[in-house]
Amino acid sequence: MMITQDMIDKVRADFPLISDEFAYLDNSATSQKPQCVIDAVKRFYETMNANPLRGLYRISVEATDAYEDAREAVRKFIGAKSTEEIVFTRNATESLNLVAYSWALGNLKAGDEILVTIVEHHSNMLPWQMAAKQTGAKLNYLYPDKAGTITEETFRKALTPNTKLVCMTHLSNVLGRCYDLKTFAKIAHGQGALFVGDGAQSTPHMPVDVRDLDVDFYAFSGHKMLAPMGIGVLYGKRELLDKMDPFLRGGEMIDYVTTEGATWTELPHKFEAGTVNAGGAVGLHAAIDYYNKIGWEFIEQRELELTRYAMEKIREVPHITVLGSDKAEEHHGIITFKVDGVHPHDIAAMMDEDGVCVRAGHHCAQPLLKFLGVPNTTRCSLGFYNTEKEIDRFIESLSTLRTRMGYADR
Amino acid sequence: MQNTFYNEILTDHNLHPAHKHELPDANFQLEGVNPSCGDDIVLKLKVEDGKIVDGAYLGDGCAISQASADMMLDLVIGRTKEEAQRLSEIFLRMIKGHITEEEHEELEEAGALIDVSHMPSRVKCAVLGWHTMDEIFDDPEKAAAEAEAAKKE
Ligand SMILES: Cc1ncc(COP(=O)(O)O)c(C=O)c1O
Repeated sequence: MMITQDMIDKVRADFPLISDEFAYLDNSATSQKPQCVIDAVKRFYETMNANPLRGLYRISVEATDAYEDAREAVRKFIGAKSTEEIVFTRNATESLNLVAYSWALGNLKAGDEILVTIVEHHSNMLPWQMAAKQTGAKLNYLYPDKAGTITEETFRKALTPNTKLVCMTHLSNVLGRCYDLKTFAKIAHGQGALFVGDGAQSTPHMPVDVRDLDVDFYAFSGHKMLAPMGIGVLYGKRELLDKMDPFLRGGEMIDYVTTEGATWTELPHKFEAGTVNAGGAVGLHAAIDYYNKIGWEFIEQRELELTRYAMEKIREVPHITVLGSDKAEEHHGIITFKVDGVHPHDIAAMMDEDGVCVRAGHHCAQPLLKFLGVPNTTRCSLGFYNTEKEIDRFIESLSTLRTRMGYADR
Repeated sequence: MQNTFYNEILTDHNLHPAHKHELPDANFQLEGVNPSCGDDIVLKLKVEDGKIVDGAYLGDGCAISQASADMMLDLVIGRTKEEAQRLSEIFLRMIKGHITEEEHEELEEAGALIDVSHMPSRVKCAVLGWHTMDEIFDDPEKAAAEAEAAKKE
């Protein structure tokens, strides 16, 4: 498609916090929010705020409808079969914990094995460490090569006849690499293992179809894909969710309660105990509408253009090492790097002085950074509303860091 | 270039520290860690008759943590334990944004870190060395045992 300056300007104008004042290049931590999302949340609270699923009066019914419409929008967005398979949570972390507590604890036992990759975010690692400890199952780690590649062969080798669960990210928040979950899930299923996909970084940047991927569970966060913080999603295949125990217990997830116990209500409400984040769900619905309006063609093409531009420019700066692949196509806007002799926290602080927002630290992936032999890094992560000019600003700042720290080069 | 927090005093202490080295005859030693930045220092002091006669540190981390430890040693070497503790108290107050002009001057080059009071995410980096020194004086037996253990290695 032909992307014009006018299209770019229009998209930028949709985001109140995007301006020339600073370059927001920390999109993988959380995305900026378009005005339509902010307005949708505002409208919810201004015109239909009532506790959904409980009240028998008009605005509560409206709140319920808005909440359930959002669920339908999510279902369509990720290609799930039914809304019963869409559970609203707070974020990807909660979604993954839900699977760990409600599926893994009840279905794994000593002798079973869980496979996760070393690339995982702590949110897709710690729940499985917990599940392994509690059930006596063994936790195995799959190591990619140093560029982050996981081939079919490496994957097959990492599976054992005892692997009952595989947990893997769709897109790495450090390397920016996308993993072929469809192929891996198929192999895992062939061995009788279930497959959990972490979609926290993929859902903002590419179309996802959970039925095509054929994953058993898929977790993601609204806030990384233009929606408000505090709303997330767990997709689960119905046959699995049906047999699982609730994660949290309380209001709005029961049919009958006696002093002895309760019977759980139908899916997905069984997993949504307590008052839900209807405002957040409405915001997520608006974010999905916005994605549909802008279209994946624009988003993917624009993000690739920006990634290519940034990768090219960063290569020209001396003393920089980029983690992961050399190819822009394998970064999806995520460029994690180190600068010789300059600590990432100092990098982020100096970039802040230049009006550039980047992330510094371990990116909640300490085992991955340890494997790559870098304790700390800085990450620039792009979104479709960023511009070449913002990347220039970043590169300019990057080029001055070593001199500013007192090194004599340049 | 614009106004920068990373002034020459700070970058000089970071790149060319005077006190970043071994100290074989240290009689107190303690490790300080700031998990948020991954800063990690080992502070070594040689204290005789209540006076800090020498000091050094090892480790790595961001420029603020390293430079701050170096500046601190510049300031406290040659002073009594009580004086060092008093200066540490002033430094910590500076980082919280409450000191007088005179107190700021007393801190000498360490006063260059005054702007950290506007950078909440870097407070832990700036105070790491100072906290570690305070801990040495709060629990001298432990720090003495660590120095002893280090000698045996
Ligand atoms: C790959 C990946 N998984 C999971 C998460 C956790 O997301 P959240 O903090 O929204 O639960 C993140 C967020 O940084 C991530 O990048």
